[in-house]
Amino acid sequence: MDLTKSTFWGYKRENGRVGVRNHVIILPVDDLSNAAAEAVANNIKGTLAIPHPYGRLQFGADLDLHFHTLIGTGSNPNVAAVVVICIEDGWAKKVGDAIAATGKPVAYFGIEGHGDHDTIMRASKKAKEFVQWASELRREERPLSDLWVSTKCGESDTTSGCGANPTVGNAFDKLYDHKVTLAFGETTELTGGEHLVAARCRTDEVRKKFQFMFDRYQAIVEAHKTSDLRDSQPTKGNIAGGLTTIEEKALGNIQKIGRKCLIDGVLDKHEVPTGPGLWFIDSSSAAAEMVTLCGAAGYTVHLFPTGQGNVIGNPILPVIKLCANPRTVKLMGEHMDVDVSGLLRKEMTPDQAGDALLDCMFRTANGRLTAAEALGHREFVLTRLYESA
Amino acid sequence: MIHFVVHDENDSVGVVVVEGVKAGQKLAGWVMDQDKTLEITSKSDIPIGHKLAIRALDSGATVIKYGVDIGKTIAPIQVGEHTHVQNLRTKRW
Repeated sequence: MDLTKSTFWGYKRENGRVGVRNHVIILPVDDLSNAAAEAVANNIKGTLAIPHPYGRLQFGADLDLHFHTLIGTGSNPNVAAVVVICIEDGWAKKVGDAIAATGKPVAYFGIEGHGDHDTIMRASKKAKEFVQWASELRREERPLSDLWVSTKCGESDTTSGCGANPTVGNAFDKLYDHKVTLAFGETTELTGGEHLVAARCRTDEVRKKFQFMFDRYQAIVEAHKTSDLRDSQPTKGNIAGGLTTIEEKALGNIQKIGRKCLIDGVLDKHEVPTGPGLWFIDSSSAAAEMVTLCGAAGYTVHLFPTGQGNVIGNPILPVIKLCANPRTVKLMGEHMDVDVSGLLRKEMTPDQAGDALLDCMFRTANGRLTAAEALGHREFVLTRLYESA
Repeated sequence: MIHFVVHDENDSVGVVVVEGVKAGQKLAGWVMDQDKTLEITSKSDIPIGHKLAIRALDSGATVIKYGVDIGKTIAPIQVGEHTHVQNLRTKRW
C-alpha cells in the first residue's frame, strides 16, 4: 500500500490534534461519583459515562498517575467535550481545568453540599448543551501524520507470534515512514526479548531509559512473586493456546514493532509523546490497563492482535482486533475486525496482511465502528502503583 | 497443506496450525524465515497452536524459537513430541 498521499477524515480539535471519534464524556474523578455520572449519561443520549473504582485517598506518584490518566482521557482528541463530576469541588476543578487547557468545552461539578439530585440536574443541562454542539462538528480530510496509533496484544497464543503480531509489525513499519506517532508497551511481556528491544532503541539515551523501566518492573515481579508466575504470566489462556514460557510469549509480542522502525523515545506511565515516531510506554501487560494508558497518552486508534480471543474495547479508543488463529476466527468471529489466518496457510503474504490491517485502520479512523464498539466493550482500567493511604 | 510452521530453520520447535493432529500422523511443515519445507511424524496428539519438537532435545537443554532461547526442557523430548508445560520451563522468574 502506497501511503504517500493517504489521508483520513477526522475531527480537528481546538489544540490542533485530530480525533477519529466525537465523544462527549461524563468523567467521574472517584468511585463515589459513578452513580451521578451514569445518571447524567442515562439522561442525555449520545453521551458516555466512564465509571471506575478509584480516586479516594491515593497519594504521591499513584495519585499523580490517577490524575494524569483522567486528564489525559478527557484531553484525548477523540473526545469533543467533557463533564467532570467529583465528590469534592477542589479535585473536580483540578481535573476540569487541566482538560480545559486543550480548549475543548469542559464543565465540572462537586457533589458535596448539593447531593446527587441537584448535581445530576445541573450536569445534565451542561451535557445536553455539549452533545448538541458536538453533533454539529464535521470531519475534515487530514494527512496520515495526524493519526496516533498504539498497539497491545492479548490472550495471545502461538499464532499471535506467527501471524497477527507480525501483521501489526508490517503495518507499523509502513506507518513509521509517514511520520505517524506510534506506541507499544507491556514491560513484563518483553522478558526474554528485552535485548532485542534495547537493540532497536535509536540512541543510547533512549536505550538507558528503556533498560531502567524494564529493570524497575522486573524488581516488582521479583519482590512479589510466589512462584515462577506460571499461573498468571503466561496466562491460563496463553497456555491453553500453546504458549509455554514468558520468553516465548515475549518474542511473539515483539513482532508487533516490525523489523525496521526504531524506538525514538521511552515514556513513563504519566508521560506523553512529544513528536512522531515509535514510543515505548512503560505499562502493565493487562489489556485494559495498557489501552487505557494509550488513550491517556493521546493515541486515537488501537491495533489489538489476539490468538485465543480477547474481547477488550475502550470507551474512547476504537480497538481493532485481528487474529490469525482459524479456530478463534471460527468460534469468536463477531469480535474480529481483520482475519489474517490465511497467513498460516500461505494464502496471504505478510505484506498483504499488513495492508488488510491498514485498510481496516483507515475505515475505522473514518468512522466505521469496530467490533468492540458495536458490541459495547468499554473497558476502562486505571493503573495503581500501590495501596491507598 | 501446511500442518505446522517454524519461524527459523535453527529453531527446536514448530507450531501446529491445524486442528486434530494425531500421534503417528505425517505432518508437513513450513519454515517461514527461509521459506523451506520439512516433514515430521507426530509422536503425540497435538492441539492447534501447540508446539512439536523438530529436533531431539535432552533434559535440561535450551529450546530455541524465533532463533532465540525460550526456556529449558525438564525432560528429554523426541522429534515430533508435544512440547509444552509438561517438558519445558522458563529460565526467568
